[in-house]
Amino acid sequence: MAEIQLNHIIKSYGKARATNDVSLTIKDKEFMVLLGPSGCGKTTLLRAIAGLEAIDSGTVTIGGRDVTNVPPRFRDIAMVFQSYAVFPHLTVWDNIAFGLRMKKLPDTEVKKRVEMSAEMLRITDYLQRFPAQLSGGQRQRVAVARALAMPSGVLLMGEPLSNLDALLRLDMRAELKKLLRDAGATTVYVTHDQVEALSLGDRIAVMKQGVILQCDSPLRVYDHPVDKFVGGFIGNPPMNFLRAAGLAAIGLIAPPGYDLVGIRAENLDSFTSPMSGALEASILVVEPLGSHNLITAKVGDEFIKVNTRAELMPEPGSKLWLKPMPDKVRWLK
Amino acid sequence: MKGLKLSRVLTYVGAVLMALWILVPIWLIAVSAFSTRQGIFDFPKALLPNPFSADTMSFFLGATNVLPSAGRSVVVAIITIVISSVIGAPAGYALARFNFRGRDVFRLVIVSTRAFPIVILSIPIAVAYIQLGINDNVFSLALMHCALALPFTVLVTSSVFAGVPRDLEEAAETLGCSPLQAFMRVVLPLALPGLAAATLFTFVLSWNEVFASVILTSRNRTLPALLVAQLDESPLNYKYAGGFFLLAPSMVFMLFIRKYLFTLWGRVSR
Ligand SMILES: Nc1ncnc2c1ncn2[C@@H]1O[C@H](COP(=O)(O)OP(=O)(O)OP(=O)(O)O)[C@@H](O)[C@H]1O
Ligand SMILES: [Mg+2]
Repeated sequence: MAEIQLNHIIKSYGKARATNDVSLTIKDKEFMVLLGPSGCGKTTLLRAIAGLEAIDSGTVTIGGRDVTNVPPRFRDIAMVFQSYAVFPHLTVWDNIAFGLRMKKLPDTEVKKRVEMSAEMLRITDYLQRFPAQLSGGQRQRVAVARALAMPSGVLLMGEPLSNLDALLRLDMRAELKKLLRDAGATTVYVTHDQVEALSLGDRIAVMKQGVILQCDSPLRVYDHPVDKFVGGFIGNPPMNFLRAAGLAAIGLIAPPGYDLVGIRAENLDSFTSPMSGALEASILVVEPLGSHNLITAKVGDEFIKVNTRAELMPEPGSKLWLKPMPDKVRWLK
Repeated sequence: MKGLKLSRVLTYVGAVLMALWILVPIWLIAVSAFSTRQGIFDFPKALLPNPFSADTMSFFLGATNVLPSAGRSVVVAIITIVISSVIGAPAGYALARFNFRGRDVFRLVIVSTRAFPIVILSIPIAVAYIQLGINDNVFSLALMHCALALPFTVLVTSSVFAGVPRDLEEAAETLGCSPLQAFMRVVLPLALPGLAAATLFTFVLSWNEVFASVILTSRNRTLPALLVAQLDESPLNYKYAGGFFLLAPSMVFMLFIRKYLFTLWGRVSR
């Protein structure tokens, strides 16, 4: 069992708080993604779990054990660094075996584990090479293999894909998803790429300026963002936000206290002629994306992005009538 | 465009002049050290010694006190290396890794110690040594050389350690290492070439040091101190041979560590 509990974690650098009273429970074998813009405290939180960063206050428990003051080597964790941190003076084999030898596993067990995780990451052919003789993608595989070889209940990953080129990243993402599911470790994965977060996570913790704004399943975070920031950060294009008052005309009345409405680009039906319950919009830009068109339009003085069928190809300057799908309208404060 | 070319030419001319400034005396010494006793007075000089002769060198090495002094120089240099590494390398590591209060001031103070002229430092130290009764002895001289070498050792080892990414050390710690084990298994192997270069440089520093050696020794001279003390009374071929003998290790070592010196000083001056 390797449930991770973070209780009121505070870490300051000078006056600024990198994590400001963060509490989070990550269930055993869960895949938790920490997502947020640059500088929001994701790495700080991950390092606090690893024990690489001393926290100012709060507690960290792993598997029910308070490890707040326990050094990394006694925490039952393995970690993949953004820089890979593969040891340049050791062969791939020795890199993967490094932790196993430190843990004083018997040689046969070390060999078995090295070979198994090398096989999983398809680097068996490179085992005798030094990291300098590998490509960035291969080095990244070594870093993951080294972590997966460890008999630890918690796997921490700090933006492991961010240094790979786009195509490789896509491949690796799918592969990681399968590998990590099979590994069955509790995983904490840091990224600022929302697509990565949606595709990998069992749950996503969206962070901003040292606090967690929302922690939910990918679908929930995408579909029911708690505020404008989350809706705007997740999804491409970002969620549209309109003043709630403007929607009264089409019969959408905001509950008391809510003054903003969020609606995603794919949740607007578009019509080329006036329609009851639809907003009139003037088209600014039409971007054909193959599977659909992305249209940027203006409703009153507010901008809105809409996905339309690929066949619908209106001219910029013409009018479009947009009808929000009632069950997809999100009222926000 | 034209101005750019001109400044380039001037740069090269300047570089060539500077190189000659260093190389011509070295060449002169080297050629003379391997000429015959008469060949030394030849003018103009041949590019290579002609006839080539080891007489001058063997005359020098056979002179009384030369070999014992050279041996003393080596001993002093080795003691200097050991002490300055033991004290300096940990300080360098701390400078590289820890973000402590006053770090920049500390760094500045270290650099500024080199601004004191050795001549001025040497006299009070010589007085103190004599009062303590520890003058004219290799260990005390090595102590003085340590004082001279330490700023260099601290700064250079700090840049060597800074060159080993912190991530690697942390990765080792997540993989089951204590901080000391992470240092021994990851940082040290990666820092070793740079540390070796620093060591060689310290050797050269001590091997070539004259002032303190002259002042702090009398009967137990190191080689540079011996040569300087005999400067007035020694024949020309002896001086050339001695000069070459002092130069040789520095040149060989510099050849080895040239690559490192660039990166070392480049990082230190950051
Ligand atoms: N060693 C440090 N010294 C001072 N400030 C730091 C240090 N590490 C992080 N910070 C600050 O703490 C805040 C959070 O940093 P953190 O590295 O956790 O962000 P992040 O979410 O990982 O960002 P990114 O996506 O850019 O990696 C930032 O404002 C950063 O400037
Ligand atoms: Mg980060």
